[in-house]
Amino acid sequence: MSILIKGATLPGGTTTDVLVQDGTIAELGAISAKADQTIDADGLRLLPGLVDLHTHLREPGREDAETVLTGSRAAAVGGYTAVLAMANTNPVTDTGEAAERVHDLGRAAGLVDVQPVGAVTKGLAGQELAEIGLMARSRARVRVFSDDGRCVHDPRVMRRALEYVKAFGGVVSQHSQDPSLAGPSACCHEGELSGRLGLPGWPGVAEEVIVARDVMLARHTGSRVHVAHVSTAGSVEVVRWAKAQGIDVTAEVTPHHLLLTTDLLSGYDPTYKVNPPLRPDEDVQALREALADGTIDAVATDHAPHARHDKEHAFVDAAFGMLGLETALPVVTTVMVESGLLDWAGVARTMSTRPAEIAGLEGHGRPIAVGEPANLTLVDPAAQVVVDRAASVSLSRNNPWHDRKLTGRVIATLLRGTPTVLEGAIA
Amino acid sequence: MNRHLLSIDDVSADDIQEIFTTAAEMHDVQRRQVKKLPALRGRTVINLFFEDSTRTRSSFEIAGKWLSADVINLSAKGSSASKGESLRDTVLTVTAMGIDGLVVRHSASGAAEQISRWIDVPVINAGDGTHEHPTQALLDGYTLTRRLGSLEGRHVAIVGDLTHSRVFRSNVKSLTKLGATVTAVAPPTLMPAGVGDWSKTAGFATAYDLDEVLPQADAVMMLRVQRERMSGGFFPTAREYTVGYGLTRERLAVLEPGTPILHPGPMNRGLEISADAADALDSVVLDQVSAGVAVRMSVLYHLLAGEETSA
Repeated sequence: MSILIKGATLPGGTTTDVLVQDGTIAELGAISAKADQTIDADGLRLLPGLVDLHTHLREPGREDAETVLTGSRAAAVGGYTAVLAMANTNPVTDTGEAAERVHDLGRAAGLVDVQPVGAVTKGLAGQELAEIGLMARSRARVRVFSDDGRCVHDPRVMRRALEYVKAFGGVVSQHSQDPSLAGPSACCHEGELSGRLGLPGWPGVAEEVIVARDVMLARHTGSRVHVAHVSTAGSVEVVRWAKAQGIDVTAEVTPHHLLLTTDLLSGYDPTYKVNPPLRPDEDVQALREALADGTIDAVATDHAPHARHDKEHAFVDAAFGMLGLETALPVVTTVMVESGLLDWAGVARTMSTRPAEIAGLEGHGRPIAVGEPANLTLVDPAAQVVVDRAASVSLSRNNPWHDRKLTGRVIATLLRGTPTVLEGAIA
Repeated sequence: MNRHLLSIDDVSADDIQEIFTTAAEMHDVQRRQVKKLPALRGRTVINLFFEDSTRTRSSFEIAGKWLSADVINLSAKGSSASKGESLRDTVLTVTAMGIDGLVVRHSASGAAEQISRWIDVPVINAGDGTHEHPTQALLDGYTLTRRLGSLEGRHVAIVGDLTHSRVFRSNVKSLTKLGATVTAVAPPTLMPAGVGDWSKTAGFATAYDLDEVLPQADAVMMLRVQRERMSGGFFPTAREYTVGYGLTRERLAVLEPGTPILHPGPMNRGLEISADAADALDSVVLDQVSAGVAVRMSVLYHLLAGEETSA
């Protein structure tokens, strides 16, 4: 099968035709050859397929909120060709068999490469290491380990995990949040608003102390640590310092932490309840700058679908999380590109190249060059879209972007040369 | 006046005065042999309590009944949520029975506001987590107004566990609306997060030293130390708390005679308030309870008397 993409603009600004043949980029330049399918890409940007370091697919266990198939659809519509599926399912992905099951479900869905993340500790309990080696040696080739949703709080366990994953070139992705610095029902950012609303909160320092501890542990062990969903200016400072010291640390930021602020909680709408919480504007500004200057390596969605009834509780009792896969690219375009903080090469770097490198994913995040796998995303950078939660292909509707006008739209997604999305819809 | 009473933000200073004026008339009813007014005849009010509260529930129940409403108490504590039902489903089920007003108590901040978005009848917040307790603040304001006259320029000290107090959060709004100066006194660990910024915009003062504040106070509102909400050590010992922040016999002597002492109850005698203070001539604790019925009658009247039956 061959596809000719006519007149696409690459991340660096070059405009070219791209011929895709048998899953590989076969030719670049002015191409007159016939192809089975031609896509007019005049005015569109062609990016390496997006890679999400942080997705919750809910299968197994909560198939009413999302399945590997529906989550794969959402990912493809969002321009992704690979996603890392977090381990906090039921049962938890903490064995080789569990990892292979998720991996195989992704293969069966066939829309994106679903790469399971393995739990750091058995049952995410924070006590004993999970079968990290067996997951790494399994057919799923797990390389990223995380207890996401919970912090690996015990420093001794974290140290052992960092040491252990070195054998496989793995990385520990930490949900940085000291649980003892806030009460058990903390549900938002601790600050003036939480004080006024009477909501128990996490102070930013609960994140920062763990980031600081972990980079020191990474230095001590000579291992790699990845900071999941950075949300405070203080964490950014720590990561910046650690990188300057040569410590092997990487970090991701979510689209919602780049745009939404804690004041959205004033009406107690659980749509905006997320963990880590939305922060004040000064944190948001620091995150944007850190993504622009490379201190933060990647954008990751933390796509967290929930059934409607799991959000229709009192705010403190409602589930944490919001959808993200379908809207990440438009949010980044709106926040980072339109403001001039990031160019399209920067988008390709933060949403594809670096995430693939961090996750050790082969065949993704590669340059658009002859001989490379044709994992590609075609974007209309000028399209204005008003988000409609009803139009989502996710099973869930906890969409914080509903009714918001965003710039940028994914037109097509190709997974190894096969369109998964055309004209913005599942192909 | 707004359709709901979820927060003191829902009532203006004029609204509060109107509520007080009506409450004064309702208060007279309490002294009658037949304590019934026909204002809410044919109306049904549900007291939906997700959290235990004998005094607030009883106060609302009496208030509704003296206005001739049919009052039904529903305890939802641990019933629906523990069976997996969402708050929205619970509330829609209750309101589908055909009611005219809902009085809600919930252990979660914001629950009353969330509920008001789902249903079509007036909602009265009878205490939501550590957020607000607007009728308590109104009855406190009413009690103080009756004792002191206008609160304009009067200085009220609110003392104690501010972090966990919905009474504080409502009172700081209502008292400043009524023209009072408010100083919130607590150890730093029991000050709400971000209180520095909040106090500036809301126009109240904060202090750590009770002994500096008391001599200037025209009224003292003691708050209960809510040990059940405390998961960490907010202060070393009860003895140390009492020495620092309790209204002890010694501190009682510092107050000008006639300075009203308020407490929303239940009181931890010997901790935040000494028996001498609780039982002092200037203690208005029982006046608050009595005023509670009158103020809640007034609130029910203003929110429901003009409402057409719905839901």
